[in-house]
Amino acid sequence: MCSTQPEQAFPPISCPEQPNPVSDTDWSLRTDPERTAIRRTAAPVIDVAVTVNGKRYRETVEPRLLLSDFLRHTLGLTGTHVGCEHGVCGACTVLLDGVSVRSCLLLAAQADGAELVTVEGLAQNGELNPLQAAFRECHALQCGFCTPGILMAATDLLSRGRPSRDEIADLLSGHLCRCTGYEPIVEAIAKATER
Amino acid sequence: MKPVAFRYERPESIEEAMALLAEHGDEAKVLAGGQSLLPVLNMRLLRPSVLVDINCVLQLDNVAHENGSLRVGALARQADRRLLDVPLLADCLPHVGHFVTRNRGTVCGSIAHGDAAAELPLALTLLGGSVVAASARGRREIAAADFFVTHFTTQLAPDELVVETVWPSVDDGWAYAFEELAQRHGDFALCAVAAAARGSELRIALGAVVDRPTVLEVDPEAPAASAAAQVEPYGNLHASAAYLRNLVRVLVDRAAARAREQGT
Repeated sequence: MCSTQPEQAFPPISCPEQPNPVSDTDWSLRTDPERTAIRRTAAPVIDVAVTVNGKRYRETVEPRLLLSDFLRHTLGLTGTHVGCEHGVCGACTVLLDGVSVRSCLLLAAQADGAELVTVEGLAQNGELNPLQAAFRECHALQCGFCTPGILMAATDLLSRGRPSRDEIADLLSGHLCRCTGYEPIVEAIAKATER
Repeated sequence: MKPVAFRYERPESIEEAMALLAEHGDEAKVLAGGQSLLPVLNMRLLRPSVLVDINCVLQLDNVAHENGSLRVGALARQADRRLLDVPLLADCLPHVGHFVTRNRGTVCGSIAHGDAAAELPLALTLLGGSVVAASARGRREIAAADFFVTHFTTQLAPDELVVETVWPSVDDGWAYAFEELAQRHGDFALCAVAAAARGSELRIALGAVVDRPTVLEVDPEAPAASAAAQVEPYGNLHASAAYLRNLVRVLVDRAAARAREQGT
């Protein structure tokens, strides 16, 4: 089996040439009829004006759009990660009016008028902020998927005073990391409290 | 993992919210903190046609002492430090979700959700608190002992809005303790116990191993054994019935001991 060529094991997917009458911009015609029906009965759109990392945005969205998807898809700020979409993993944590929240458990419509900070807003003039620098020094990330959420929650925790090690561990109970292990993360946040 | 399309309403007064609920009945869901509602919307376990977001009803943000009780409005978040005036709440709130979800989740929302494994319904039941519900038909106050019916089911009618919960907080010599075991801190409890002690008197309430928060009549001399004898927990994926019964024994023992210790 070792000699099996990849070509044999995984034949290339054939893409038969098909005339495509749908223009690149006409999304509604690409959806199947059932989905198109849902689109037609969808609730009216709503205007959302927010400030994200100091920059103002005004967008028109469906009421059911999650804040996490608004940040990533509508505004293109993909630093905020989406893991579980039910509040367990913590990857999507952002600051809303200075307080950490799960962006997958908020509607974009609910952020109307609010001031948001995402992980993209932490570094200043291209320099890592003290918390981010502590993460690098302590090797508190490997794949980095959970890191944006942990940084935002830790930013909130540090803004309330000097947390104890127990308080840091308690904070991390709301964030799933599957590769680094929590010890270096606790270390990094503890280090940042000294700065 | 995305909610179905719904109509989004953002009332700015209690009257406006009540009118929307009267109009749409059980087609509508009230959105306060959303920390339990958004997960079930995302998973499409709920498909409401109207969402009534009460976050702009600023009258509901009240937390106030009145006649020996703390009255907590529908928009008070679980992270609100004013709640720490109620000793049992101070002990139980660290078990409610996580640091980040408590910033958003509301006390009244957890009560209205009526999860039998949730901490706040258990605490309200032990304290003998109550729920104030308002609708276009009027206002009524429901004792916690009557409010919770069974899993995710309360006395609340579809057109009613929980505007306040009332938490007895008068210092009459009772001391409190809250204990729970979850698989991970912040997860749903496998078993939760709230205890109150004053001298030789002891009150115990149980959550998670019952279908609603339940106050038990326990023998103050042997609370753990008498509590364990009164429950019939169902085993689940994470714990067998025998394990849960033993857990009742252990947690009642701990909670009773700690409440008595704090009372002295």
